Amino acid sequence: MAVVFQKPHALTDAVLHYCPGCPHGIIHRLVAEAIDNLGIEGRTIGVAPVGCAVMAYDYFRCDMLEAAHGRAPASATGIKRCRPECIVFTYQGDGDLASIGMAETVHAAARNENITVIFVNNAIYGMTGGQMAPTSLPGQITQTSPYGRDVNHCGWPVRVCELLSSLEGPEYVARVAVNNVKNVKAAGKAIEKAFRNQVENKGFSLVEVVSACPTNWGMTPQKALEWVESDMLPYYPLGVYKDRTAAKEAEQK
Amino acid sequence: MKTTQILIAGFGGQGILFAGKFLAYKGLLEDLQVSWLPSYGPEMRGGTANCSVILSDDPVGSPIITDPDVLIVMNLPSLQKYADTVVPGGQIYVDSTLISEKVVRDDVQVFYIPATQMAGDAGVSTLANMIMMGCVLKNNPELSFDGTEETVKKLVPPKKAALVDLNLKALELGRDYAG
Amino acid sequence: MAERILMKGNEAIAEAAIRAGCRHYFGYPITPQTEIAAYMAKKMPKIGGVFLQAESEIASINMVYGAAAAGMRVMTSSSSPGISLKSEGLSYIAGSDVPAFVVNVQRGGPGLGGIQPSQSDYFQATKGGGHGDYHMIVLAPASVQEMASLTIKGFNLADKYRMTAMILADGTIGQMMEPISFEDAEIENYEKPWALTGTKMERTHNIVNSLYLKPDELERTNFERFARYKTIEENEVLYEEYMMDGAEVCVVAFGIAARVAKNAVAAARSEGIQAGLIRPITLWPFPKAPLRRAAGQVKAFVSVELSMGQMIEDIRLATECTRPVSLCNRTGGMIPSPGQVLESIREAAKGGN
Repeated sequence: MAVVFQKPHALTDAVLHYCPGCPHGIIHRLVAEAIDNLGIEGRTIGVAPVGCAVMAYDYFRCDMLEAAHGRAPASATGIKRCRPECIVFTYQGDGDLASIGMAETVHAAARNENITVIFVNNAIYGMTGGQMAPTSLPGQITQTSPYGRDVNHCGWPVRVCELLSSLEGPEYVARVAVNNVKNVKAAGKAIEKAFRNQVENKGFSLVEVVSACPTNWGMTPQKALEWVESDMLPYYPLGVYKDRTAAKEAEQK
Repeated sequence: MKTTQILIAGFGGQGILFAGKFLAYKGLLEDLQVSWLPSYGPEMRGGTANCSVILSDDPVGSPIITDPDVLIVMNLPSLQKYADTVVPGGQIYVDSTLISEKVVRDDVQVFYIPATQMAGDAGVSTLANMIMMGCVLKNNPELSFDGTEETVKKLVPPKKAALVDLNLKALELGRDYAG
Repeated sequence: MAERILMKGNEAIAEAAIRAGCRHYFGYPITPQTEIAAYMAKKMPKIGGVFLQAESEIASINMVYGAAAAGMRVMTSSSSPGISLKSEGLSYIAGSDVPAFVVNVQRGGPGLGGIQPSQSDYFQATKGGGHGDYHMIVLAPASVQEMASLTIKGFNLADKYRMTAMILADGTIGQMMEPISFEDAEIENYEKPWALTGTKMERTHNIVNSLYLKPDELERTNFERFARYKTIEENEVLYEEYMMDGAEVCVVAFGIAARVAKNAVAAARSEGIQAGLIRPITLWPFPKAPLRRAAGQVKAFVSVELSMGQMIEDIRLATECTRPVSLCNRTGGMIPSPGQVLESIREAAKGGN
């Protein structure tokens, strides 16, 4: 019988520990497909975050480092500067990347560090049980904003792509989502581009994946995906926020 | 065992640390044990600067000088601060262009050299420090004036080779100053 | 013998690191150690190495963590407040068993403190600093020559035992110049089969990690790590004895304090007091055995420190409080004079039993 669908090689056979309905599995798969498609598994080194994806080192078949909370871009920098022939990526959540690790994120981007950053934004701290994230929406109820996020008290959510695209440094900054088939396909393309950019030595590429957290949002998986569409995407519009190469090419035309 | 503890003090920008380096390199070339310790921090930027140099036949213990054998001062605050710390029988060298006050002790040898004036007159206005050093060498036979050129060449970076002769000129002015 | 050259202590560390094969430096400026970064910034690009000024001490130690995990000889340097920030990374490096080389040119604390020399990070360096059960090999140079030789040794020990070796220096040793000669560095090479190099599709993936969610697994890694620490305590202790023959008073001091203490010990001997010095060169592992031996010989110990008295606790533990240990100290950037140490030796010689 012809095989029409199989697991990407870059994923191990370990059983994912994510909650039912969690899109991390889809995003892992998209990353692994990109690695497979580019044929780079043997020279790829991944950096796992602190957060729900903390055990990503068990799921990807390439060499893996487990970084301190928020420090993945710094540790990835250390690896890349030692082994420029390797393809180095980080996989980080919103608390890791946009709160505790904001300095590392911004400066890796400013340096145009030739790494690939996969940023999963689900507007909540998942692993610790549903606390307010830097990307939680105004009014969003979480364990630490039980009356809804009050922007007068704790400020506004951070739009990472918009922020980073104001820098000279980064090569590619894009926001995608995984709430429907069409978006998943587009997300896969963006992720592959972010890896290809590194293979071609173009520099810092970040893909923000707007995701869902049914467990901590207190929703069914289906409802959570609808909430992504109705509430998150208006605040976090999808699109390419920076693409230096494309911009240059457009200029030349 | 012969150990000479030399303290050089003045304002930042007078070449205090450079003068100390000159003595340290000179000791190095003469196969002495040497330590050179600068003051560091904000005071480097326009405040007082000082530098401790120890030259010895034996390994240097503490590089910190509390009772110098030789004190070279290029501003008044330094003279006031350190004059009393010099060991009896020690030497004090005073840049008399910048310091009009006299040393009141009679148990030390004092040399007044108008180094800043002399440097200006000779067209080497930034090298009053080396005029002082020339005088120090002359009055300390164990340091001697021999090997001075080699030391200066070691000290001045190749890019600034033109400064070698100027430094030597300043050292000689100090050596030949009759007081 | 190699040519004698004059060099600052901080520069000696940088040059020695390069000679030890270090080609990656990640740091953040702080007084009084910035000469190390400046030296690296100048040299590394010319020899195919990497100097990178990070956005913070936190980022720089995590760059070190990544580079160490990639199997490279790597270093960072800082001074006291910066080392506090690096402590998180030092704990991860310990928990992941990767080798790193870290320099602390100490300044006075706590808080922003001052910029003058201090030894008040002794506890932080020898007892942990970061969270969890771990040690670093702590080397305390007392001369510019030792800044270089202990740097080379530190890189070798770090690789040998897969852990951090730290130079615990102070502003004085960092800033002073002394003659130094670089003999050919003895670089010990250790295989790093655990390093992140890319699998090349030839092996299963390597994981560098400090997370063990199963308590029994985490306990096992801690026991294994401490078995390694025991080997280090048995084999890697370094110290110097000075005038200990017939000594009745034993001064214990490291780094710049030991330099001052040497003057005081010599002065004490010249006035007829039988004084000697034990200078720990490794602060961890601490030279317990020589101190225990000395306790059988001397009337009293004097701990000379640029702190409120930190090493004194280890002296009391090593000698099991069998002899009195007094403290001769200055803090905040002040340094005891030989006269102050001599006075403490005189007092100690009077007392005892």
